[in-house]
Amino acid sequence: MSNATPSRMPITRKQATKLIRKLPVNRSVGNSVVRRGGSIGRIVKTLLTEPTVPNGVKVLAKESKVGANYDTDWARSYPARAARVLLVEGLVRPVIDILATPTVYGDDRLTDIEGPVVFAANHHSHIDTPLMLSVIPEPWRHHLFIGAAADYFFGNQITSTLSALVIGAIPIERTKVTRNSADQAAVLLDDGWSMLIFPEGGRSPDGWGQQFRGGAAYLSLRCNVPVVPVHLEGTGKVLRKGKNVPRLHPTSVTFGKPIMPNEGEDSRHLAIRIEEAVAALADESATDWWQARRRAAAGETPSLHGPEAGSWRRSWSLDDRKRTRKGKRNWPEV
Amino acid sequence: MPRPGFVLDVDRSTPPILFHHGEGFRLERLPAGRSRVIYPSEPIEALKNPDAAIRDALVNPIGDSEPLTALLKPGMKLTIAFDDISLPLPPMKRPDIRQRVIEAVLDLAAAAGVDDVMLIAALALHRRMTEAELRHAVGDRVYDAFAPDGRLINHDAEDPDNLLYIGSTEQGEEVEINKRAADSDLIIYVNINLVSMDGGWKSTATGLASYRSLRHHHNVRTMQHSKSFMDQHKSELHSANWRMGKVLRDSGIKVFQIETTMNNNVFGTEGPMSVLQKREWEWSLKDRVTMAGMKTALDLMPSRTKRSIFQGWQAPHAMTSVQAGEVEAVHKLTTENVYKQHLVQVEGQTDILTMGLPYISPYNVNSILNPILVACLGLGYFFNLYRGKPPVREGGVVIMSHPTPWEFHPVHHPSYIDFFEQVLSVTTDPLRIEAEFEKSFAEDEWYRHLYRTSYAYHGVHPFYMWYWCSHALQHVGEVIIVGGDVRAVRRLGFKPASTLQDALEMASDVVGRDATITHLHNPPILMADVS
Repeated sequence: MSNATPSRMPITRKQATKLIRKLPVNRSVGNSVVRRGGSIGRIVKTLLTEPTVPNGVKVLAKESKVGANYDTDWARSYPARAARVLLVEGLVRPVIDILATPTVYGDDRLTDIEGPVVFAANHHSHIDTPLMLSVIPEPWRHHLFIGAAADYFFGNQITSTLSALVIGAIPIERTKVTRNSADQAAVLLDDGWSMLIFPEGGRSPDGWGQQFRGGAAYLSLRCNVPVVPVHLEGTGKVLRKGKNVPRLHPTSVTFGKPIMPNEGEDSRHLAIRIEEAVAALADESATDWWQARRRAAAGETPSLHGPEAGSWRRSWSLDDRKRTRKGKRNWPEV
Repeated sequence: MPRPGFVLDVDRSTPPILFHHGEGFRLERLPAGRSRVIYPSEPIEALKNPDAAIRDALVNPIGDSEPLTALLKPGMKLTIAFDDISLPLPPMKRPDIRQRVIEAVLDLAAAAGVDDVMLIAALALHRRMTEAELRHAVGDRVYDAFAPDGRLINHDAEDPDNLLYIGSTEQGEEVEINKRAADSDLIIYVNINLVSMDGGWKSTATGLASYRSLRHHHNVRTMQHSKSFMDQHKSELHSANWRMGKVLRDSGIKVFQIETTMNNNVFGTEGPMSVLQKREWEWSLKDRVTMAGMKTALDLMPSRTKRSIFQGWQAPHAMTSVQAGEVEAVHKLTTENVYKQHLVQVEGQTDILTMGLPYISPYNVNSILNPILVACLGLGYFFNLYRGKPPVREGGVVIMSHPTPWEFHPVHHPSYIDFFEQVLSVTTDPLRIEAEFEKSFAEDEWYRHLYRTSYAYHGVHPFYMWYWCSHALQHVGEVIIVGGDVRAVRRLGFKPASTLQDALEMASDVVGRDATITHLHNPPILMADVS
């Protein structure tokens, strides 16, 4: 018989834990056996788990802090603005230059404007916002906020924070002009900030434009600021709705003449004027300024909405809008 | 409220005065007690909404003219002519005034259903404008819409198929202008009035004319009888153009004139160049440091680099008025508006007139200010910026400051090179030059070819530059250039001096030891109203 110390009974950590849990007392011994990581995980889980509600107690409705209620004031503090300038100039613009190589037309039309404006652009793609941030001239570019869909860009804390910081977004309800969204935008416009808004309310599903909603017009009337119509071309080719991977494609941005609301004009009428101006810019972009002016004068500017037809025919007719602006011409021989 | 121009009597406490010196500067002390400096007025207030002012002018014309909306009709033939690269100086920041006006006109033409539209750069015998220059003048939108189809062109004063002889004046002056313009139902002329010489009938009768027509007023006799050609009531140049305008009008050619004026905001109110627009005793520490830094850096730079820096400068000029309608009524009002910016009251003449010549003249935009253009800028333009009588007495001395390099732009100024070598080496007498040499240069096939197909000034153009000096050459006793290339200055028939003190010393041989001095603090542009 050997004098050796009897060997311990072989048991795994899992078996030990199970065994200890079955014991009536002294759970703390078992805890020492459980992995430390599990303990932290449990604490975190406990912290994140909402407490259960006792039966018979009526729970008060909680006010959401995201979506249209998200407070973006912090995004206009000096540190946040400095960070945004760095992000836009150091990251967004170089990426857009490679991805979308924008050509800008009509920025000379902004020469005479002083103070805040509402930039109202057609909307094809998620690339539209960073593209606009890259091409809107100074002094508006870094003193700009963006009306972004509350349900999409402000869905949770993380997307809300990123939207507010990187693109200077404020939440806008797509379905209605709510008091909160409008008040927030109006206060900022009155405070000298300019706004970028896509009045269609969402990206184009098929490459054609959608009816302009009244948000831009309402704010222009309320704050008495001009609306600059903007036409974006080619961004749908970079990243159209439904795609996640962008591809390289040249784009063009055409700024139009600032539109001031007329005396006694309502927002619906002004929204129509803004849409007509963007349609004229689309025509100018597809042909040339003179042809576009002549068609506009004759009331024959092609609509942004495309033909009333089936989806394939609408898609087919998109090709007719291809840019036909003529190339460089040599001087005439004499 | 901008301060008006004024005359400063130089005393011992007057700081050194800024003299432009080509693509550089000199700071000169003028003798106290006998010198005065004429300062331009500060830039007058610009129109708050220039586009609205243009639209208003088009529908509310002045003189015997219908509103433009009534003149534009479907099916008509419309020609829009506009001033060329020689205006404004320096070229202005975008959008150019011409772009604003042309877009407003085309908007109305589109609304009226006008299809047949042609745009013509009215450059007479100047060089053709390049694509970039045209784009700058009329804007990308207009350029892209019209140039690719050949509906935006440079006027060709040597194209026999596209010139139309209209008739002669009572003095026998032949009137021949661009055929497309003459055949049009309406010519709309878009003008920028930088100085009072511009505009009026000179726009169409000169800008769209041929050599055959231009020679009747671009000659020595006309220039010697224009005292000065900046004062239209005493300018034979204007009288000839007005006579030609009458021939155009009587022949049934309809002109709707749009004239604009601009302020003299040449160097801006911010940035390093703004110091050039301030009065020397008001230079802050920052201004003095800027000037010292600029001067030192420019002295070290090669001339090519300096030239590209200065030629790249675009002035923040702003429109101060716009008027449209019948040519003469419009021009009368335009001239009054130009005078509001430029006129400075000056009492009496002095023995010596000094001037610092800048880097630019109407004929070297994006080019080189060669010796002939130096002479023209000083004795042609600056000397003639007066109303009443010249600020320097007859027989006095003109002292100009410019490096006057023996350099020419071979593409823009080929005939200048030959004029300098072959003509000025023989004589500097304008009358003899006109009689002996003009015809051979004007009718030279090679110069004609370069004018029509390249970017060269017409063969006769250096002659006109020399004729431009003829009133000054007739009036003054001596011309001295400070800091110029000695050989080039002598070739011009002038005297070279190393410093202003030397030049004043040399001048004393002509006008005596205690001669009085007037300095033109120009640019920004001023016009001396000498009583």
